[in-house]
Amino acid sequence: MSGDEELMSGGEMLARALRDEGVEFIFGYPGGAVLHIYDALFRTNDIPHILVRHEQAATHAADGYTRATGKIPVVLVTSGPGATNAITGIATAYMDSIPMVVLSGQVPSNVIGEDAFQETDMVGVSRPIVKHSFQITDPRDIPATIKKAFYLAGSGRPGPVVVDIPKNKTAPGEQYPYSYPESVSMRSYNPTKRGHGKQIKKAAKLLVSAKRPIIYSGGGVIQGEASDQLIALARKLNFPVTNTLMGLGAYPASDRQFVGMLGMHGFYEANMAMHHSDLVFAVGARFDDRVTNTISKFCPDATIVHVDVDPTSISKTVNADVPIVGAASVVLEELLELVKAEMSSGESSYDSDAIARWWTQIDAWREAHGLWHAPRYNTNSDKIMPQQVVEMLYKVTGGEAYVSSDVGQHQMFAAQYYRFDKPRRWINSGGLGTMGFGLPAAMGAKLAHPDADVVCVTGEGSIQMNIQELSTCTHYNIPVKIININNQALGMVKQWQDMQYGGRHSESTYADSLPDFVKLAEAYGHVGMRVDKPEELEEKMRECFALKDRLVFMDIYVDPEEHVYPMLIAPNGSMRDMYLSKTERS
Amino acid sequence: MRRTLSLLMENEPGALSRVVGLFSQRGYNIETLSVAPTNDESLSRLTLTTIGDDRIIEQITKQLNKLIDVIKVIDLTDGAHIERELMLIKVRAKGEQRNEVKRCVDIFRGTIVDVLPDIYVVQLAGTSSKLDAFIDAMGEAGILEVARTGVAGIARGAKALKI
Ligand SMILES: Cc1ncc(C[n+]2csc(CCOP(=O)(O)OP(=O)(O)O)c2C)c(N)n1
Ligand SMILES: [Mg+2]
Repeated sequence: MSGDEELMSGGEMLARALRDEGVEFIFGYPGGAVLHIYDALFRTNDIPHILVRHEQAATHAADGYTRATGKIPVVLVTSGPGATNAITGIATAYMDSIPMVVLSGQVPSNVIGEDAFQETDMVGVSRPIVKHSFQITDPRDIPATIKKAFYLAGSGRPGPVVVDIPKNKTAPGEQYPYSYPESVSMRSYNPTKRGHGKQIKKAAKLLVSAKRPIIYSGGGVIQGEASDQLIALARKLNFPVTNTLMGLGAYPASDRQFVGMLGMHGFYEANMAMHHSDLVFAVGARFDDRVTNTISKFCPDATIVHVDVDPTSISKTVNADVPIVGAASVVLEELLELVKAEMSSGESSYDSDAIARWWTQIDAWREAHGLWHAPRYNTNSDKIMPQQVVEMLYKVTGGEAYVSSDVGQHQMFAAQYYRFDKPRRWINSGGLGTMGFGLPAAMGAKLAHPDADVVCVTGEGSIQMNIQELSTCTHYNIPVKIININNQALGMVKQWQDMQYGGRHSESTYADSLPDFVKLAEAYGHVGMRVDKPEELEEKMRECFALKDRLVFMDIYVDPEEHVYPMLIAPNGSMRDMYLSKTERS
Repeated sequence: MRRTLSLLMENEPGALSRVVGLFSQRGYNIETLSVAPTNDESLSRLTLTTIGDDRIIEQITKQLNKLIDVIKVIDLTDGAHIERELMLIKVRAKGEQRNEVKRCVDIFRGTIVDVLPDIYVVQLAGTSSKLDAFIDAMGEAGILEVARTGVAGIARGAKALKI
């Protein structure tokens, strides 16, 4: 131990370690078990702290901040109910591979196991939904544990890490020498970066000789900062690209080669191209059941090349013919070099005629049912259509906004109609499908990008799951825009009941008990607007976005009967089996 | 197919529960499990037997490797290996039975480690199927109690599971 190390209490070390780690925000909520920490923060710290109104919102706000930037803030909650309130947000981050560090207070170590006041076994409760967790047993371990937590959260396949901290480990009084480690190495953890050379060569050959190829890219390309490499490869090969719900923005939506989102509510042309392809090049995607539809009927003619940083994602549901474990950016870069060499060699097997024929086919699918080719919803209605709301939002924000969403029909309309051209602009809970995610996630994104338009596209059901955060937005002046697509129902549930349960709307409507959202927004000190006429939509929305430094809650009443299409036919359907409207099927 | 997997992991609190939790979370089954520190006190070796087709075993192996505390995983069933399990079994041994039980213990190369007027406690080591056979030989009626350790295994040859 060198003599110039400062002496600090556990709480002070924690506060200092967060600063040394470069943490830009703390999202938290105090309570008994973290009082020493809060006091240390008060005395020693200059990291901005956002006091949310519910711990779930702390996790979603941190999550939104990370999705919008790639940086990792910290979540700080107390033991017991504070910790359990954070669970939904941790699970949300886990399912979407979002890095997150959650510090949870714990009862003093001498009473752990005695059912002490506000005791919950946080390490146990969170175990299935974290990448890893720690419990502090010695205050001297605090700096190194914080370093490890951030390293684990952000590297390899990212994910949430919990650090559980018994109260007595942060007590003032006892002091320890502090130093923050410069680097970490863990003998049990060495994520693969570079893919296997031979496999990459094999993949390059397959790509070049494919006749009906498709690139299927997911959230891993965004998390892995591999968007540029993806674009370069796709352009070089002139291949169609489809993005998953998590991957939107990784490939620019306004590019001709983009065939839209795939899967459950994916574009007709994307799902058709997948089904009829002879080569699926999957990168940073995990063949989720919402994408593949019936596994045994998935892409019957395709050879599958799968690049992922997590080996467990490969051949989990769909067998990969060429598995490549590695970081998307590194593998794609290497592939591009090989593909270039292959294409320019004398005996190149690249068949541009076949690719041109494939494009003719895809363009025909686009023309037939593509959502962007022609309006696929009623444009003459006297009611506002939900799709129209998102199209207007796209227009008014110039396609430049950060858009968070909740879960339901509005989420699918946002994913389908807001054309994301850049990564990290689309912020939604894809894997867990957490209603209540949207508003706190938008707060996180707005704190990260104060000058950008940040919008939460939500439904009147979801917004009520974390509506209390309107107060946090007042407290810190976080002027997000809330676009409430109000169909007066749990629309997605109602759609399934319409389609599969004879229209019996069991517990999915509540029109008579909805609050007056305009007054509600005003009660928190914000601006509220109600819109229910199509002809007023544009003007009101422009007004909303003109109020740069105010939170505006736009309560937009839409046609409650509208359904989301396309929709894959399940069970037993393949990806080419879709409902295209209330009356048409593919 | 029955598989025997062995792994090295950090000898730290929570490591075992992560391994066991993985099996219940993902719906894999564990037939037997044994775990203890190795000669290097910072490491634990865990051996488990499970049943599944190649695809499931591959997933289990990958998922185990993904756990942060786990350093190395091998599927012993992939190659020549030795498996042993230890059993302590309490059996009735009265009058006529005493000689019969003793003969059986000798045939199985077990040891009688505790003797009461009408009970023997037998110690037996071997493959799981050998222990099963002994249990069968004793018969349901003769058995008072069975304690088995679960399988420990090691690969044949010079290659070793170490870091
Ligand atoms: C926390 C949570 N509970 C339940 C669900 C199931 N669920 C999915 S969509 C949905 C309806 C959401 O209603 P709303 O927010 O109004 O969106 P809409 O579908 O009407 O656009 C429900 C209940 C969920 N995804 N998350
Ligand atoms: Mg609704």
